[in-house]
Amino acid sequence: MTPRTVLRRLALTAFLSIATAFWALPLLWLVTAPFDRRPGLTVSWPDWTLENFQRLAENPYAFSSLKNSVILAGGSMIGVTILAALAAYSLSRVRIPGRNALLYGLLLLSSIVTGTAAMVPIFQLMFSLNLIDDRSGVILVFIGGLLPAAIFILKDFMDATPKSYEESARVFGASSMQVLRHVMLPIVRPGLATIAVWTLVNVWSDFLISYILLRDPAKIPAGVVMYTFYSEGGQANLPLISAFSLVYALPVVALYLFVNRRYGFRFHGGIKS
Amino acid sequence: MASIHIDGLTKVYPGGVTAIDGLDLTIEDGSFFALLGPSGCGKTTLLRTIAGLEAVSAGTIHIAERDVTVLPPGDRNVAMVFQDYALFPHMSVNENIAYPLRIKKTGRSERTLKATETGTALGLEALMERRPAELSGGQQQRVALARAMACQPSVFLLDEPLSNLDARLRLEARSFLKRLQRELGVTTVFVTHDQSEALAMADQIAVMEKGRIRQLGTPSEIFRSPSNTFVANFIGSTPMNLLPGVLRGGTLRVGSASVGREAAGELAAWSAGAVDSGEVTVAFRPEYARVDGDGPLRFTGTVETLENLGASVLVTVRTGDDQRVQAVVPEGEEVDVGAGVHVAPVPGRILVYDARGELLRP
Repeated sequence: MTPRTVLRRLALTAFLSIATAFWALPLLWLVTAPFDRRPGLTVSWPDWTLENFQRLAENPYAFSSLKNSVILAGGSMIGVTILAALAAYSLSRVRIPGRNALLYGLLLLSSIVTGTAAMVPIFQLMFSLNLIDDRSGVILVFIGGLLPAAIFILKDFMDATPKSYEESARVFGASSMQVLRHVMLPIVRPGLATIAVWTLVNVWSDFLISYILLRDPAKIPAGVVMYTFYSEGGQANLPLISAFSLVYALPVVALYLFVNRRYGFRFHGGIKS
Repeated sequence: MASIHIDGLTKVYPGGVTAIDGLDLTIEDGSFFALLGPSGCGKTTLLRTIAGLEAVSAGTIHIAERDVTVLPPGDRNVAMVFQDYALFPHMSVNENIAYPLRIKKTGRSERTLKATETGTALGLEALMERRPAELSGGQQQRVALARAMACQPSVFLLDEPLSNLDARLRLEARSFLKRLQRELGVTTVFVTHDQSEALAMADQIAVMEKGRIRQLGTPSEIFRSPSNTFVANFIGSTPMNLLPGVLRGGTLRVGSASVGREAAGELAAWSAGAVDSGEVTVAFRPEYARVDGDGPLRFTGTVETLENLGASVLVTVRTGDDQRVQAVVPEGEEVDVGAGVHVAPVPGRILVYDARGELLRP
């Protein structure tokens, strides 16, 4: 090894260490601060206590907001998965002119729907649909915004499934819905799992859409409740925020581990035969 | 049990490619029928049209005297085995075989029982709980066949049934398929590009080219007297000798060799046919040619190459007229490369095709 390569390796290692520390610090804070008697904005060895969680339990909106998050995320997940499965199957098997242009167009526009730029028209739309302060309105906006990308991912899985599976079932007399239910959906299960979890995480971590479309404190999800954790003096209530952050993050981590073990995450189709 | 009648069938793909061109065909009840031809000849399209997976552009298809031309595949009472077998990867062998019964709304316990029965008949009883990915190619094929049998169709359609098996297994599967077809007695149509498969398995063969049937007949008819040069060229594991010749005044002349119709023997089909045809193609199989044999038509030349076929040797002789003639010589009668020899086709095995490539018949 020449001194030059040693130097290069040292520089690379140093860079990677700094980058790792940069990403690891917030996570360290997330697991230590909730157990600290006096949590601050720095990472330090905690003065162990469970008091923060007790205070969290006393907050009237903390746990009901988690329930609301489950409703919003679950509803969106079910809607996106079902609609994406139907749409991806059709788009994969039926030849329509401009199919890809349509899909790419939707994909492009959908990033606006769930983004900040379209918030005013979406608010107006929901207002005229009388869906303000209604959970189904939030779910509808999420389904609309996330569906194109979900179709895009799932269509790739459908495309990779040999046509002979489908034709074989059809010769035995299966209808299109039977082919979808018996053959296609079980085969693209890793794809379904991927888009389901992806939708869930997207909705779970949302702030803006729920903040704008929901009014009733009893309906707001966890992401919005966090915003209310301030002391009277306008200071961030760090004991409450840190404890809630951990409770808010754990279900997603657990879900990820479960689904990854059960189905394996994949973003492309393909059959092992 | 069912026969298949196809009338004036035409299939034009959206791109304008004519895959099947006004085809008429009758497949007898209970026969083992081969659709044979090079790739792109329309044989698979024809099979898929019978199955109902492709819509016809013109013409009709009758199965068991019933017009099925516009019926969906599931209403035709046919079963198809695909080239890749199309076994559902997420279902066990038992569930795969039971699938047609599941579509027919048979109860779970009954269909499991029936699937086990069918699987056992094909020697799959030890594999019923496995997934298709855990099976060998031959076992997968049996599962696909069992699944096709489970719905008790009146017609089996097999798309290249042997092409996914390795060479050794292919011979085994060939005899197995033939035995199975005979036992079941169900009309079976299979597609193949391999002439030896068609000759070995089928009762009847349709040789196809460019969406048309070039010859229809039993394997021995097709092997012995191909009705045109296309079929002559396509059939046979060693290629047919095809030599340009002239037929005039009852005398057939090929280069410097010639034969009169009297000398050709009564078995030669052409000798009773046209006396004057002008330019013709003379054909005979290497298997029906003798080296240093005596015959009415003799080619003289030197041995150019020898190819060992196992129990016999394929000898290529270059004649004085710069033609190549091949003959199959049995073991123990080998000749040396460079030796001067005579090659003579067996009398009665000489086929003559007119300028359009059609066989001259008596």
